[in-house]
Amino acid sequence: MSPFQQPAPFDGPDVAWFSLSPILVLVGAALFLLVAGALTPRWPRGLYAGVTAASAIAAGVLSMVLWDDITDSAPSTLVGDALAFDTFAMFVTIVICAALLLVALVTEDFLRREDNDGPEVYALYLVAATGGIVMGAANDLIVLFVGLETLSLALYVLAASHRRRAGSTESGIKYFILGSFSSAFLLYGIALVYGAVGSTNITTIVASFEGTTPLERNDALVLAGAALLLVGLGFKVAVAPFHVWTPDVYQGAPTPVTSFMASVGKVAAFAALLRVFVVALPFYRDDWRPVVWALALASMLVGSFLAVVQTDVKRMLAYSSINHAGFMLVGLEAAAHGAGEVDSGPGVPSVMVYLFAYAVMVIGTFAVVTLVARTGDVATDLDSYRGLAQRRPLLAVALTVLLVAQAGVPFTSGFIAKFGVIQAAVEERSYVLAVAAMVTSVVAAFLYLRIMVSTWIEVPGDDDALEQVRLPLSSGLAIAASVGFTLAVGFFPDWLIDASEVTTQFAR
Amino acid sequence: MDAGFPILTALIVVPAAGALLTLLVSQRRPEVVKLVALLASVVTGALSIWLLASFETGEAGFQFVSRHPWIEPWGISWHVGVDGISLPLVVLTGVLFPLSILGADAHHDHKAYLAWLLLLEAGVIGSFLSLDLFVFFLFFEIVLVPMYFLIGGWGYENRVYAATKFFLFTMAGSAFMLVGIVATVFIARDNGVGEITFDLVTLAERADFPLATGRWLFFAFAVAFAVKVPVFPLHTWLPDAHTQAPTAGSVILAGVLLKLGTYGLVRFGLYLFPEAAWWSRPLFLTLGVVGIVYGAVVAAMQKDLKRLVAYSSIAHLGFIILGTFAITSQALTGGVVQMVNHGLSTGALFLLVGWIYERRHTREIAELKGIQTVAPVFAAGFMVVMLSSIGVPGLNGFIGEYLILIGSFLAARWWAVVAATGVILAALYLLWAYQRVFHGEPDEDNRSFAEIKLREGAVLGVIIALIVFLGVYPKPLVERVEPSVDALIEHIERRTGETVTEPELVEEGG
Repeated sequence: MSPFQQPAPFDGPDVAWFSLSPILVLVGAALFLLVAGALTPRWPRGLYAGVTAASAIAAGVLSMVLWDDITDSAPSTLVGDALAFDTFAMFVTIVICAALLLVALVTEDFLRREDNDGPEVYALYLVAATGGIVMGAANDLIVLFVGLETLSLALYVLAASHRRRAGSTESGIKYFILGSFSSAFLLYGIALVYGAVGSTNITTIVASFEGTTPLERNDALVLAGAALLLVGLGFKVAVAPFHVWTPDVYQGAPTPVTSFMASVGKVAAFAALLRVFVVALPFYRDDWRPVVWALALASMLVGSFLAVVQTDVKRMLAYSSINHAGFMLVGLEAAAHGAGEVDSGPGVPSVMVYLFAYAVMVIGTFAVVTLVARTGDVATDLDSYRGLAQRRPLLAVALTVLLVAQAGVPFTSGFIAKFGVIQAAVEERSYVLAVAAMVTSVVAAFLYLRIMVSTWIEVPGDDDALEQVRLPLSSGLAIAASVGFTLAVGFFPDWLIDASEVTTQFAR
Repeated sequence: MDAGFPILTALIVVPAAGALLTLLVSQRRPEVVKLVALLASVVTGALSIWLLASFETGEAGFQFVSRHPWIEPWGISWHVGVDGISLPLVVLTGVLFPLSILGADAHHDHKAYLAWLLLLEAGVIGSFLSLDLFVFFLFFEIVLVPMYFLIGGWGYENRVYAATKFFLFTMAGSAFMLVGIVATVFIARDNGVGEITFDLVTLAERADFPLATGRWLFFAFAVAFAVKVPVFPLHTWLPDAHTQAPTAGSVILAGVLLKLGTYGLVRFGLYLFPEAAWWSRPLFLTLGVVGIVYGAVVAAMQKDLKRLVAYSSIAHLGFIILGTFAITSQALTGGVVQMVNHGLSTGALFLLVGWIYERRHTREIAELKGIQTVAPVFAAGFMVVMLSSIGVPGLNGFIGEYLILIGSFLAARWWAVVAATGVILAALYLLWAYQRVFHGEPDEDNRSFAEIKLREGAVLGVIIALIVFLGVYPKPLVERVEPSVDALIEHIERRTGETVTEPELVEEGG
């Protein structure tokens, strides 16, 4: 029933405030930082980051409480069907909060090293994280778009936030131009779907397909819309062939921001991708599945082979993130087989595990990169890592654990993540994709080996260069936490797998 | 079964804990570091000997089984057990590690070196003991990391290239195996097993794969093992890895790491996919025989002593492949026995070559001459080990090759005939090398070649004692291996409906 037919005065939808509390906490903290930060002189060290970290923890804890509420009752929708209130959304929220916490810790040291401390970056993190959470929970394509823009606009500014480095500005502008372009695709896709179905609400979209025959549906419009949605979200996720911005932007952006993009950006966009395709468009799953198949293959190939020829560690990790996105698409492809069914299969849980594991690994890795990059955030080529093992053995060990985890070596979360995705693909009989994924992971392993060779085997070039590499407390905490998480999940993955398997109970 | 002390788990945990403990000791106390590491490996060795002593001879099934659910949503459990096929390999690992720690020092940074070695030991023993496909894969794959760092960190000139090649080759092989493992589990669920489980025994006993599917799955596994062995066309990483690895690395690589491949073929090839293994016999027999001849011929042409030993490994492992895929009780028993023999003799050869390098800083055969004159005991030790590697009766190498040839003669006659030339070729290249290195008058550089040291002598003495013992009296080894092998052959006969041709001979061939 459309609101235009009702003569009665506009009644706002019921708002279950507590169910929105994670978002509210983050938005509140962002506003507090901006307003209070502007009105007061510079705060003592660590306080901006402390507020951010505390609100991330608070939001994370609140979403765990909400998780229990959802599993006790049933998934539902909030604010007049605009947001989904399900375990999937809560899982995404928890991952984003964890990422936010880690990134805030790393950024604390980074900003003071670069003499750039202030509340703005943290406020932007909080806003971006909110956008990401909204994307993961959006039950309406327009809400999804709002979330995406909230995330993206904050990220554009963040990418350019290193005021004294031209590379950072360049990265921000590049990201902004290409990002707005992709947003346009996304918006056009939403418009086409609206044209076909008459609503942007996912519940309504699904309902409108229910029990229809192909003749009654506007297949052409929906498919064109789906294609554009895939382009728009594929850009944010950085899958080939929409990946071209990734290496440049990752390299240019301040390193902690890069880690934020690679974690929160990817998690949010993947959550949106899953919800739009698996929940909203399962009727067309046989149409979009081959496309996802091709994108997965392309991403894995591009991500692994092009990574090998890089000499800059941030670029390498950018390509490796494309490879990882390909792996996650393998999970999405598996999910496509059972999309829309009561038991949608292992695809979605495998992607969720992958997202959590990857977000933590990548932040840890970039945290080490941040420290090695030294003042000015420029020493990111392979040679800068020479002799790291001798000068900063702890840092080298942490980097090694995180890199072998990315390579998918056993007893790390990376292995569990890859295994889950492969398992999902094989269960749905996508053997080609599974084999291709494993083969590209071997190629990608070469890239991680190159970094390890620099770190461990090659002798330091000039003597004092590495002396500047410090291991400050809060970055150290973040690195220790991500290494700990990576190993803990590697040895005891039960709880994460169990949690991920609940996420298939989507709100519809 | 034995519900008491979880000895198998302890065998895996002790070296891993030793590695951690080694890391915790201060860098400034190298002697304590070494002591801790040695102690951890000796304790592991002692545990393995204890396992050997309390192993029920004559039993075919898995013993000391312990099983605990681990990742329940995926049907994965911590399931370890030992039978006659894995027992000798576990003991070999337990013995070889303390010997190589004692026999070869790192030239720098002992702490990390020893920690990696111990971690390697945990991984290798874990692979031999796992009865769960997932757990096996974990250990099989984790082994790469310590080995990579051992070669890359403590190897010779070209070490980074060799280490990277080793890592990528092996990982590429296991990439297929991982997909194979998962596919096996899901396909087995729909073909007789009925649930998702990674348990090896359940899968092997209950799964009934469609013909073509089973073969595909078998090859997914076989590729990984064939790279590890290495079987002929996939062997190119081995000479590089061996030549560049530090001495202890080579010893372990040849002694136990390659056995992961041959063991895997027996345990996850023959046992899990009997039909496919039977069907692919001609292929593997051919590759095995090609490996024997090719390895021998190439070994004869080497200028570098270590490379020569590396290629001789390829030839010897060809014998094990032949023994495995002849699929007769005797050949397979011979194959398992040969795994142990090769571990001892080639391990010792690598130690000796390492010691030569320490003294002369070269491994070029052309630059070594007349060492027998200046270091007669060293030469004698080399001689015994070399003869064992050739397969001279009375030493351990003989019994394995003999059983393999006898066992495969009826089942795969022409392959056995060609393989037999490998024995002669082995004598040729090894004796020739011995002649060039040890005979003649020592020139200026070789005159100062130091005689064997006490510690080296002790290590070599232990290995030679084992070589002679197993050569003269192989019964304790064979009688433990045979029941399990017989059971495996019966399993294959039952699952394929084929009849295995067995020569009527007693097992004590010597």
